[in-house]
Parts: sequence; structure tokens; C-alpha cells
Amino acid sequence: MARAGKPKLAVWKFTSCDGCQLSLLDCEDELLEIAGQVQIAKFVEASSAAIRGPYDLSLVEGSITTPDQAEQIRQVRRQSRALVTIGACATAGGIQALRNFRNVPEFIAAVYARPEYISTLSTSSAIADHVRVDFELRGCPINRHQLLEVIAAFINRRRPALPNYSVCMECKRRGTVCVMVAKKIPCLGPLTHSGCGAICPAYGRGCYGCYGPAQTVNAKALADAWEAAGASKIEMHRVLRSFNANAAEFRSAAETLDENG
Amino acid sequence: MKTVKTDYLARVEGEGGVRIRFRGDQVRDVQVRIFEPPRLFEAFVRGRSYAEVPDITARICGICPVAYQMSSCAAIEDALGIRLAPEIGELRRLLYCGEWIESHALHVFMLHAPDFLGYPDAIAMAREHREIVLAGLAIKKAGNAIIRAIGGREIHPINPRVGGFHSLPPRSALVELIPELESAHQAAMQALQWLGRLNYPDYEGDYEFVAVDGGDRYPFIGTGLISNRGLNISARDYDAHFEESQVPHSNALHSRLRARGAYVCGPLARFNLHFDKLSEGVREAARRLNLTPPCYNPFKSIIVRGLEIAFALEEAIGLIRRYHDNGDAFIAPPSAASTSTGYGVSEAPRGMLYHRYRVDSAGLIRDAKIVPPTSQNLASIEHDLARVAPRMISLTHAEATRLAEQTVRNYDPCISCATHFLQLTIER
Repeated sequence: MARAGKPKLAVWKFTSCDGCQLSLLDCEDELLEIAGQVQIAKFVEASSAAIRGPYDLSLVEGSITTPDQAEQIRQVRRQSRALVTIGACATAGGIQALRNFRNVPEFIAAVYARPEYISTLSTSSAIADHVRVDFELRGCPINRHQLLEVIAAFINRRRPALPNYSVCMECKRRGTVCVMVAKKIPCLGPLTHSGCGAICPAYGRGCYGCYGPAQTVNAKALADAWEAAGASKIEMHRVLRSFNANAAEFRSAAETLDENG
Repeated sequence: MKTVKTDYLARVEGEGGVRIRFRGDQVRDVQVRIFEPPRLFEAFVRGRSYAEVPDITARICGICPVAYQMSSCAAIEDALGIRLAPEIGELRRLLYCGEWIESHALHVFMLHAPDFLGYPDAIAMAREHREIVLAGLAIKKAGNAIIRAIGGREIHPINPRVGGFHSLPPRSALVELIPELESAHQAAMQALQWLGRLNYPDYEGDYEFVAVDGGDRYPFIGTGLISNRGLNISARDYDAHFEESQVPHSNALHSRLRARGAYVCGPLARFNLHFDKLSEGVREAARRLNLTPPCYNPFKSIIVRGLEIAFALEEAIGLIRRYHDNGDAFIAPPSAASTSTGYGVSEAPRGMLYHRYRVDSAGLIRDAKIVPPTSQNLASIEHDLARVAPRMISLTHAEATRLAEQTVRNYDPCISCATHFLQLTIER
């Protein structure tokens, strides 16, 4: 059968909002073409059929927040030639990692009347904390054009050609005047990984860091610039402690702000 | 004793399963088991600035982030005493139309229609029904184009904020969408005829339908709730009339009307309560399909979603034609004088979404309550399964599983939202 020769793609979900895997279904113009080139072997959100592994490419959405998930991700790794995390939850623990800084039993009691029925870990951790990851695609949510590049790259056994500079570079390319310089709007763009296309500044708001840290960052310099723009350290701390709170560079930048009061 | 069990419900957003146990020919019990891990959002927003809330609650659901943003903004604006300019309300309605179109098209063509025809997914369905799948994708794309133009991106839009929007999209960026929306409308009207030819299980439930009161318009964002059994309340009185309870088999809470128990929200509720506010063209399309209120067959919700797609496209085109970009993008929120509580209700694609926040004088969230539509429909989903289950006795396990999944999918459940769902176990 000709189909047996196509690479097998699997999509996995851990703790997440489903938005990153939805990005694949949001490729309205490309979806049927993708399905012609790869065998979508496992994608629970889209299909009730599943083909057994091993898989050529596993796309993993979501963070690890339960003991069962910590075991399941090892099984996914064993079945996957390449494993790519999609989005901030899988790459950095996501918004769920806010629990890493707080008291989880207290959180559960705030949401559930009978906490004893609930099984969850006290941390939300990235996939790379548990297994080897071949590529991490950033974003909350990911950019579907970048997702298509990642799929094409891994199917053709090459590295994805995606830049790791900051959002500032994307503002320059887009022709957006710096919102911090021109309007004194506090912006996390200088610390934040590119990929979104610098949407927020183009809409007149500061970047809030949903793509996580860029490769080289200078958080101290940005904290001073925020202060000069009239924003408090508390405000910058809050932005760092949001969708990529447990990413190393954001975590340490927030801790530095803590130490300096 | 026999059991029918689906470990993972496919083609739903999030993780859950169904277990149906039989004793002889009698259904012993039905459990919709939600094991999507708890996601604790109500705790995360505590101590955060109210301004951050629409960005945080959007992350509850990648399929309907606009709904979370709209109910959040409405509730916080209620707490702060902000009265929006009418133009801002209209732009929010347009953004919401985009989400209904995108989410309904995903559910109707990619997730639910394959059940009726026996395919595992839309990609397999496309081998024999390519035209309808392509039409569905084009409709979905048109909805996403609205969200992108106003919100900045399709998933987790960045432009909505408490008090309005960060910036108003230029009129030209919306007007240029009209040809795509008109063509999607034509595709939706044709798809309705296709939907009308599907085989519908002969089944009716005895439901109380609850929806937002949209005044003289089909509801998106509102301030009150109504039902077909006399409920007529302000969103502020939600907690006096509804209660949430926790069950051991589920990480999602179940909601009930304190006076009468289970109820249904979503497209069927809106259609039955607000049919007269649909456009004449959409009402006529419904009549041609012999679908007029009251409709108590949940399997026909797929047609109602199709009607709502057509309606939302018409509504969007009208809203764009009337749109001007020369007003203020937002009203700067006043500083809160004291701690106050605000309430917001809106119609997510899958049903009513209630938010409540207590905001202190420093603008920080003290307490939050979020009741997603899937939690509200869970009790009715279990009732439907219990009533459909006797038909499963004579079916193969694969057929029984498909019927159970189709029954659940009538409600377009969003399990990621509800955990703050699906796997079928049938014991026989």
C-alpha cells in the first residue's frame, strides 16, 4: 500500500488549553495537503482512529502536572523518532507553572469543594524536564506558519529555519514604531523570543512575553527602562510571572526584581 | 454485568471518557469521566491586576478564548462601574461572531459530521465528501479572519482589554473581509441542505433551556438569563439560582438549577429561546428543514450550529458595514473606590459562560468564579446517555461506542474548559 511509505505524525496532549494543536486544524488551506503528505496516525482531538507507533514525528502540547503524565511522556518518547514540543506549556510549563510559586493544596481548595478527589502534582513542568526533546516551538499560542515549517523540516530530516532573536527585530521588520520609546508603554519585547510577528506593539500595547525568553536577554537594563517609562517593578514582575513564568531567564529576572524589592 | 467503556473520547477538546454499566437490559449507571487535569484558573487570578484577567482567562480554552475574554471584561467592567460606548459593544459582538463561525465550523464539519456518516475524522470523510469538508474549512477560515483582524491573532487574541480594545482596527481592514464572508455565507446556506439530509436518531429529551437574554437581539453578551421554564434573572443573581457540585468521577464540576436540577445551554437553547431574533433568511432556511422551536432532539444541534453560522456571517457583514474607526478604543477604567463584585454572562459557541470577580481598591482580584458551558451541560449529557443506552444492547461495541460519542458530541463539550473530558466504558 502506497500510504505505508508516508511519515507518521502523532499529536499528544498533556495539561493545556488545546490551542496549539488547534493551530494544525487552523491551517485551513494546507490541512488536506498535509494529510496527503504525512499519515496523521494519532490526533485524538481530530480523529477517533489511531495507528500504533512508532511515529516519525510527535508533536507534544501541554505540561506535566500529574504522576500519570510523567510516565506517559516517557512512553511517547520511546515511540517517537523525533519529538517536538509545541507551545509555552510543553516548552516551559506554561500558565500552569504559576502553581510552582504558590501553595497548590490551597489553590485546589479555592477551586474544588472536595479536594481529596483531585490528583495533581505541585508543579507544572516542561516536557524537556522529563525526556529528550528534539525541538521546542515557542508561543502561547504557537504561530501556525512556524508549525508548518517545523513539520516540513522534520519530515525532510533538517533543522527548522526559525530565528531566535527578540520581538524587537520583528517590530523593525514590520515597521512598528517602538511603543516604549514613542508612547512610554512598558513592553517586554526586548526580552521576548520572536515568532508571533510582533502583534501587540502593532496594536498599541506592550509585549507581554507569551513567546518566552529570547536567546540573550538583559533583564536589568529593561527593568530600568520600565521604571523610566513610569512602570513599577511590581508590574514587570507580574508580566514575567505569567505564561512562561518557569522559563529560566524569566524566572531569574523575576527573582532579581524580588531581591531588589 | 456488561460495561461499555470508551477510554478516550476523541474529537472533543480535552480529555475524558464515558462508562455505561448495564444489569441485564437495564442501565445501571452512566458516568462522563473527566480526567483532564485540574487547571486552577480561579486561583491563578487571585492577587493579579484586573487588567491581566482577560489575557489569563483566554488560556482556559484555545477554541473559545474570545468567550472567556468577553465574559471576563463584562464582569470586571460591572465591578468597576464602566459603561461602554455602544460602538465598543458592537465591535465585541463582531469579534464574537468570528468565534462562533470558527468554532461551530470546526465542530460541525471536522468533529461531529463524521459521526453521522461513520468516518473516524474529517480527513477520511474528505475522501468521499471533499466538497463539504472544503466548504467547512473555508467557513472556518472566514471566522478566523474576523478574529485576526480585530484581535490580532486567531488563538488568544491580544487586542481586547477591560474598557474596550487596545486599538480600533482600521475600517478598511474589516471591509476587505466582506467578499470572503459573503462567499462563506453562501457555502453555509448550501451546507445546511447537506446537513438536513443526514440521518438523525429519533430521540427527544425533556430539557430546561437556559440562555443569555439578548434584549431584542440574538444573544452574544448580556446582563441577564432566561429559560423556557420561567427563569428570568439578572447575572448578579446567578449564584442564588444555580449551584455547582463536585462528583468523584470527574475533575469538572456539575452545575444545576437549585429549583429544578439539570438544564441545557448552547445552540439548541439559544435557538429555542431566541428563534424570533434570527434573520428572516435563517428562519426560512430552518423552516425548509422542518426545524422550528421547540426542538428537543439534541442530535439536531448540528443543524442549529449550521443556522447560527449563517446568522453570525450575516450579522458580521452588517456590523462591518456600520463600523467606523473614529471613536475611542477604550474607556480608561476609574480607580475602584472600594472592593466591589462584578458579574458577566455571554454566549460561548457551546453555551452560556458565567464569570464573577471581586476587585479590591488597589485593582487586584480577591476572588473569582468561572462556570464554563460544559460544566453546565454535564448533567444533561449523562441523562441523554442513560436514555440512549438501551439502544446499545443490540449494537456491536464499535457501534455502541460511536452512538455514545455522538451523543456526547451533541453538546460540543470543551473538556479543557470544564476542568478547571472523554473515554467510553459500557459494562454489560
